[in-house]
Amino acid sequence: MLGALIIVFREVIEAGLVIGIVLAVTRGARGSRAYVFGGVAAGALGAGVVALFADALSQAVAGRGQELFNAGVLAVAVVMLASHNIWMARHGRELASELAAAGRAAVSGDKSFLALALVVALAVLREGSEVALFLYGILASGETVADLLAGGLAGLVLGAGVSALTYFGLVTIPARHLFAVTTAMITLLAAGLAAQCAGFLQQAWIVTALSQTVWDTSGVLPDSSLFGRVLHTLIGYVDQPTALQVVVYVATLAAIVIATRLAAPRPGAANVHAAAE
Amino acid sequence: MTSSRILLVAAALAAGVGAAVAADETSLEISIKDHRFSTAELHAPADKPITIVVKNLDSTPEEFESKALKIEKVVAGKAEITVRVRPLKPGRYHFVGEYHEDTAKGELVVE
Repeated sequence: MLGALIIVFREVIEAGLVIGIVLAVTRGARGSRAYVFGGVAAGALGAGVVALFADALSQAVAGRGQELFNAGVLAVAVVMLASHNIWMARHGRELASELAAAGRAAVSGDKSFLALALVVALAVLREGSEVALFLYGILASGETVADLLAGGLAGLVLGAGVSALTYFGLVTIPARHLFAVTTAMITLLAAGLAAQCAGFLQQAWIVTALSQTVWDTSGVLPDSSLFGRVLHTLIGYVDQPTALQVVVYVATLAAIVIATRLAAPRPGAANVHAAAE
Repeated sequence: MTSSRILLVAAALAAGVGAAVAADETSLEISIKDHRFSTAELHAPADKPITIVVKNLDSTPEEFESKALKIEKVVAGKAEITVRVRPLKPGRYHFVGEYHEDTAKGELVVE
């Protein structure tokens, strides 16, 4: 039972953290809960479908289907996270200053919520399909089913606990700092996912360059361990990254930081413009 | 800082593309039965790309995983997958079936 619990928990930590962060980011925004939980439900449904067609998926594209699917899902998540940060950089000031128009702001934030809901759905989809396959395997094997199933379900519950812990941890941060903290977290999360995406492209030999291992810290902190797994999600920690993964990580980080800087309205820009006229 | 990073990235990319050369592959095969690998030890020559066909003879799904080989790939019950491994230095590379880690263990010996 403990084995099943650990396997399932390890798979759902990532999705659990993502859900917790997104809940904290959208906290207080009207109607955002429906988007987040809608994302979870859509992701879970998708995970079931992917698990059902696991064999067809791995045979697709000359045996590269699984890697391409994972890489694609990760790439979309990275774009969604980046666009959320850019959107927030552009509108965050309005949201904070126009409290009176909060209702209107929440409506104009719909597009951003949708991006985050998609991020949640994709995280649940990717991790959930492996959980579904594992649980399906238990059911199909017919041996000590109840015990293993209980372990698997306990793992899922623990994953939900991670979401709750992340959310309640984040909302203790004072509101004026929360925005900066979640923006940084989302940027690091996106960079980590981009590096994972690069890893899958390398696994499928779609990209063969820069495949050498840059460092090996698996002896100190294996990324399969609980703490390693959490760090893996939060900052993209990998114990044996390839050079390409490091390059993609740094490039994604830099791209998002630069894009949000460019998107942020310059304070006083309107005044300068008025003076020029 | 950012511009120097971009330069570094560009240089690294150029070096990587130059280093990527085609070489003849080594094809290997392994099967999973009763949550164990049929050949727990695979052999391959060094510095050549390797493809491993993993056949799952069990009716339950498995995840072929190797930290050392940087592979994690699901194989459905009664199905097979192709795993691609980059050219390796001589050494022993562990792999497991993640869903049955206690029994499904194996090694790729590169020499």
